[in-house]
Amino acid sequence: MWVFRFVGLRLVQAVPVLLGISLVAFLAIHLVPGDPVRIMLQGRASDAAVAEIYARLGMDRPLLVQYARFVGRAVTGDLGTSIIQRAPVATIVGERLVPSSFLLVYATLLSVLIAVPLAVWAAARRNRLADHLIRLGGTVSFAMPSFWIGLILILGFGLTLKWFPIAGFGRGFGGHLHHLFLPALTIALFLAPLLIQSLRAAMLDAMTAEHVEVARAKGLSESRILFKYVLRAASIPVVTILAVNIGWLVSGSVIVESVFSVAGLGMLLVHAVSTRDYPVIQGLTLVFAVMVIGTNLLADLAYALIDKRVRAE
Amino acid sequence: MSQATEPLLRVRDLEIAFKVRGGEVLANRGVSLDVAAGETLGLVGESGSGKSVLCRAILRLLPSPPARTKRGRVLFDGTDLVTLPEARLREIRGTDIAMVFQNPMTSLSPVWPIGDQVTEGLRIHRGMNRIEARERGIALLQSIGIPEAARRYDDHPWQWSGGMLQRAVIAMAMACSPRLLLADEPTTALDVTIQEQILALLTDLQARSGMAMVLVSHDIGVVAETCDRIAVMYAGMLVETGPAAEVFGRPRHPYTLGLMRSSPRMDEHAERLQPIPGQPPDLAKLAAGCPFVDRCAFAREDCRHAPVALREVAQGHASACLFPEAVR
Repeated sequence: MWVFRFVGLRLVQAVPVLLGISLVAFLAIHLVPGDPVRIMLQGRASDAAVAEIYARLGMDRPLLVQYARFVGRAVTGDLGTSIIQRAPVATIVGERLVPSSFLLVYATLLSVLIAVPLAVWAAARRNRLADHLIRLGGTVSFAMPSFWIGLILILGFGLTLKWFPIAGFGRGFGGHLHHLFLPALTIALFLAPLLIQSLRAAMLDAMTAEHVEVARAKGLSESRILFKYVLRAASIPVVTILAVNIGWLVSGSVIVESVFSVAGLGMLLVHAVSTRDYPVIQGLTLVFAVMVIGTNLLADLAYALIDKRVRAE
Repeated sequence: MSQATEPLLRVRDLEIAFKVRGGEVLANRGVSLDVAAGETLGLVGESGSGKSVLCRAILRLLPSPPARTKRGRVLFDGTDLVTLPEARLREIRGTDIAMVFQNPMTSLSPVWPIGDQVTEGLRIHRGMNRIEARERGIALLQSIGIPEAARRYDDHPWQWSGGMLQRAVIAMAMACSPRLLLADEPTTALDVTIQEQILALLTDLQARSGMAMVLVSHDIGVVAETCDRIAVMYAGMLVETGPAAEVFGRPRHPYTLGLMRSSPRMDEHAERLQPIPGQPPDLAKLAAGCPFVDRCAFAREDCRHAPVALREVAQGHASACLFPEAVR
């Protein structure tokens, strides 16, 4: 099966990337000016306490040994212990991973559901009223900051209409869907305009391809040409846009998470950074890296499904 | 259908305009021509003379805007394609009239299998299911010279060479047994050795199916080999039409003569080729009179002012030159 070979090859290629990121994550502590432990303890600590933490974290050993231990543990799922919460980083991150991933997938699906029909419509009716309205709406929606859209949605659908909860993660799959609808929509209102713009442009470009004229000369209807030939060819650049933005949203959804009080990775990151909880920051960096690599792998798979030439490479 | 008297395709006074910044450019300026059932018409002229525009205008494939049919009729078997509703036109495209394009490498979508694209017309127009279409498609590809067609049916375009792809494109055009094939420079993008094969294939298919063909080429040698009748186009106009033997035996328009003298195959005795001096005129800045006047060795004062139109110079042979007898 080409899928296994394809995925296997991509995973092998991801190893050096992960190693590089782990090095950066590891060195982060040592690159920050000042004594990391004193900063963590906000200066109110005796020399003995500092030395004790150094020994506990193994930071008194040579760098290379520390790094080897860091990687060795990370591979087995041990990301160290949070200094502030005094709990394993893997557990803390794991708890937050579920709502964040759920929100991410939900928002992505919502964006695609919104963007594809509108982009197809805009492209089919290019330079007519529908096209202009869709593009204008997209620009407005894209230009509004997420926290603002979030607040408006809370006000409208949450407090006034009472259709959706305004905070939390909910219970069960249905509960998650219900609770995360507004935050997912907030992200989608930012992501969909990007997708609409790129898909519309790619479709207009694909429409000028000679094989589209050939298809028309065969007597195919415009809608068949649009969906079978144009949309397929145009979806490749859109997958790229989507992958880049999902990769960004992995850590960039913090505003949406805090507006809707979703206990996700973004909130954890902000908290960890503000308390200098370096083990958590390191653990999150690795988790984000894995998620971004995973997203890119999915994008590569999507390319291969859309265009078989990619498989042949 | 009275085949003997009524031509299959009659183009009458067709005028195609393209919107450009600050006005319009006429890419076809009152083109009239006939194609009888089963005959091959060779349409020749330099790049930009309006040959491809004419082909696309027949099937109404030109994007509008910028293109617009200002005047004229395209009568196919008595039906005016210019005014035909889009849905009716789609039934004619790919079934009665099919088209082969210049570049086989871009004529097929890279993301779908070749066989699927070749037989799409059969499924759309003939209501065949995938299995029937596949069977027919494999036979079609075989008849067109694709070895191991059954195995290669599901290949993608990038796996085939240009010559094989052009065969597939021709198979695709032939799928619904068209009565008229528009072949727009079908060999231009191919190697010289492959060109001959594709031309032979087209003439063979035509002989077998009895369809009519319009063969567009800028290569007068290609057309001379294969066509019954010739139409020479210049600056959006037909400047000479007639039986191939007549037109090339005794050209009555200086542009035709110029094309022949500048073509290596046509005049093997010539010691050196004679290019036509100058450039084709800018279609946006055409003055009254003959558009060829500035490049013509026979031009007289009248040529700059007198309107030109095709006039019969012999039986079935017409020229737009004011002084056809002077051309030699």
